Amino acid sequence: MTEAHIAVGEADFDPAAQLSRLEALGGGAVASFTGIVRGGDGLQAMRLDHYPAMTQAQIARIVAEAQARWPLLGVVVIHRVGDLTPGERIVFVGTASSHRAAALESCAFLIDWLKTSAPFWKKERFADGRAEWVEARAEDDAARERWG
Amino acid sequence: MVALDILYFAWVREGVGKDGETIDHPGAEMTVAELIGQLAERGGGYAQAFAETGRLRAALDQNFVSLDTKLGEARELALFPPVTGG
Repeated sequence: MTEAHIAVGEADFDPAAQLSRLEALGGGAVASFTGIVRGGDGLQAMRLDHYPAMTQAQIARIVAEAQARWPLLGVVVIHRVGDLTPGERIVFVGTASSHRAAALESCAFLIDWLKTSAPFWKKERFADGRAEWVEARAEDDAARERWG
Repeated sequence: MVALDILYFAWVREGVGKDGETIDHPGAEMTVAELIGQLAERGGGYAQAFAETGRLRAALDQNFVSLDTKLGEARELALFPPVTGG
């Protein structure tokens, strides 16, 4: 039985604590991805909206899909919402397995699916006063589709 | 009368000017795209938000669906742009 931890909220998180949680499962392989708000282009802040009634359930479905494809001992998915500034953490995906390929591949799968299949929307605010919703990117769809 | 809750997110919400509303359920046979067409006919922010259906995505009772899906017995419809999380 895979241990799964899913959290969606405004609070920051500690990647080290999450890695320790996964290491404690005794699998021998832990992989993780941390997404950070990228600065540059005058970006001052970002706001993440989501569909609260759907978000948790949709992430649980994506996690279940990863569990069906790889022999995982543990999965952690944390996604922040609300106002974030450059340098702040947005998302964390961590996986634990007895095999490094399973840990690495499932981690990449989870972040690719989160980007295209979880109900979050980013709005960026720039130093010159512009505020724009981020457009979905074709390369994100392509990244998801490589998993079939 | 059975009701249908409609929720709007991201720039759809900003265009419409509210985060949701409840309407009389238009019937199980109506598709999401047909309902979007009716909403667009209200004009103003609705017409603007729903001008390009190719930029819209939908969920019925919190499951992603294509716009040609019939409303069926669903009680909650969400309309939004393609997602951009992660």
